[in-house]
Amino acid sequence: MEKKFMTGNEAIAEAAIQAGCQHFFGYPITPQSEIPEYMSKRLPEIGGIYLQAESEVAAINMLFGAAGAGVRVMTSSSSPGISLMQEGISYIAGAQLPCVIVNIMRGGPGLGGIQPSQSDYFQATKGGGHGDYHMLVLAPHTVQEAVSLTMEAFDLADTYRNPVMILGDGYMGQMMEPVEFYKTSSPNLPPKDWALTGAKGRSANLVKSLYLDPEALEKHNLEINRKIQKMRKDEVRVENYQTDDAEVIIAAYGTVARICKTAIKVLRDKGIKAGMIRPITVFPFPYNDFEKLADKMRKFLVVEMSLGQMIEDVKLGLCGKAQISFYGRTGGMVPSYDEIVTETEKLVKEVG
Amino acid sequence: MQMDFEKIFERPKTLRPVATHYCPGCGHGIAGRLVAEVIDELNVSERAVGVAPVGCSVLLYNYLEIDMYEAAHGRAPAVATGCKRVRPDLVVFTYQGDGDFASIGIAEAVHAAARGEKISTIFINNAIYGMTGGQMAPTTLIGQKTTTSPIGRTSERAGFPIRMAELLATLDGAAYIARVAVNSPKHIIKARRAVKKAFETQIKGLGYSMVEILSPCPTDWRMTPIEAAKWVEEKMMPYYPLGEFKVPQKEK
Repeated sequence: MEKKFMTGNEAIAEAAIQAGCQHFFGYPITPQSEIPEYMSKRLPEIGGIYLQAESEVAAINMLFGAAGAGVRVMTSSSSPGISLMQEGISYIAGAQLPCVIVNIMRGGPGLGGIQPSQSDYFQATKGGGHGDYHMLVLAPHTVQEAVSLTMEAFDLADTYRNPVMILGDGYMGQMMEPVEFYKTSSPNLPPKDWALTGAKGRSANLVKSLYLDPEALEKHNLEINRKIQKMRKDEVRVENYQTDDAEVIIAAYGTVARICKTAIKVLRDKGIKAGMIRPITVFPFPYNDFEKLADKMRKFLVVEMSLGQMIEDVKLGLCGKAQISFYGRTGGMVPSYDEIVTETEKLVKEVG
Repeated sequence: MQMDFEKIFERPKTLRPVATHYCPGCGHGIAGRLVAEVIDELNVSERAVGVAPVGCSVLLYNYLEIDMYEAAHGRAPAVATGCKRVRPDLVVFTYQGDGDFASIGIAEAVHAAARGEKISTIFINNAIYGMTGGQMAPTTLIGQKTTTSPIGRTSERAGFPIRMAELLATLDGAAYIARVAVNSPKHIIKARRAVKKAFETQIKGLGYSMVEILSPCPTDWRMTPIEAAKWVEEKMMPYYPLGEFKVPQKEK
């Protein structure tokens, strides 16, 4: 198949279209504006809908409307804009609507900066909006992986009737790589018989998150929770990279994981057997895979473009069985491979 | 003796045979019924979709036998936009109160109208936050006492009430904008006509339509239903004049 040279942002947009998403609502924000720009050009060509909303608040509610009407729909934004969408994401999860939300993270808090960051990990994986819910969160580490995960995200959203987030960063959005688009076969998806299409030949449908009776709300939340438990059981994705013979393990996701692969090569050239565990789903988090590694390995280095967010899940996974050290850069600073090499060497030399 | 009766008045098909949660003397029940009657008259119940956001408006979904969304506070025009854009054959309307439409959701209201979204808004203006127990609304009149303007709203502290119909009528995307009331049989008949025109404007694809309905809230106004109906006439109408503020070009 022909390879195309594309930025991560454009590749994610094209992947969504090839996954059957013909509807996009969004609002410009750096460093993801290439996604709405690409959609504004491509979607009208295929008879789809591109609409620039008046705000991220409106955009996510347009998703609520479109997803509720039973179509595949996506929005994209970056950290401050994703914060504005949290209310809508909570409603979407509450109303059990499938949709895909792309967060090309930049540095925060507040207006922060426009350079890459991973400091929305908590927001993405632990809720963000109010109430008992989780998004399914996919964290690609190359542009090619961003393509395949974006395509898969729509199937996962439809399967679970739940919002799915693609968690990238400004580096991934702006970076150009050769990519190919291949059609993956969709699983058997449940019919959208709950969608609002006009009550013709059936009783009226209702899309809602309001349950004033606490017993009814508890029952509803337990139903959502059953889906989350199923995600935890069936949807965990993780890459174990050169871990078999490793004496030290680096834990990283997204762009940072890619830099860590270079660091591991350098470390191995120096005679240090380093490996990496890379969560591909950051929710559900691969706790069991960490626990398995902890039985063999004593030393873990967590590297993030934040001041330590995923490390809390790593600690839960390792159950206190291993020594954990952390290296993080923040504010849009990206750790270089030689910084990671130095940190790993330090950890190896320490007496555990 | 056998008598033949002709049925000249009945419950609209679209209105479910259930008791509403509205207080005695509230205008919501009438407004909801008008929407149901118009949906029946235009024969669009199988392609009508309503959006009811937070407030006393929200439980409309319990009363209408059509597909409906419950939406976040203020966001109904955005939800309706998402629905209508992806399914243009549907007849999509929002049913919003004044806190919803004129305060927290005014950005969504103005932009849906400016884009000329082919949706209709039924906007219930009762000059107060009903469901939360009578707090000041963006439409609360100067001097009006509420639980958060206990000595009466003053412009120095709380600014001035917003006239949504006049505001939206300035936008090119708005095709039909009217203000009506449901405090007397005469006004109710006119209100029904306006609701029908709003839906027809949408069905003809002419642009955005909005009907503002002045509606009594006896409970939170601390009045009897009769006093409340009078208050709409004597206090609200001078500040919120009734009428059509914009009609589709062809009909001018």
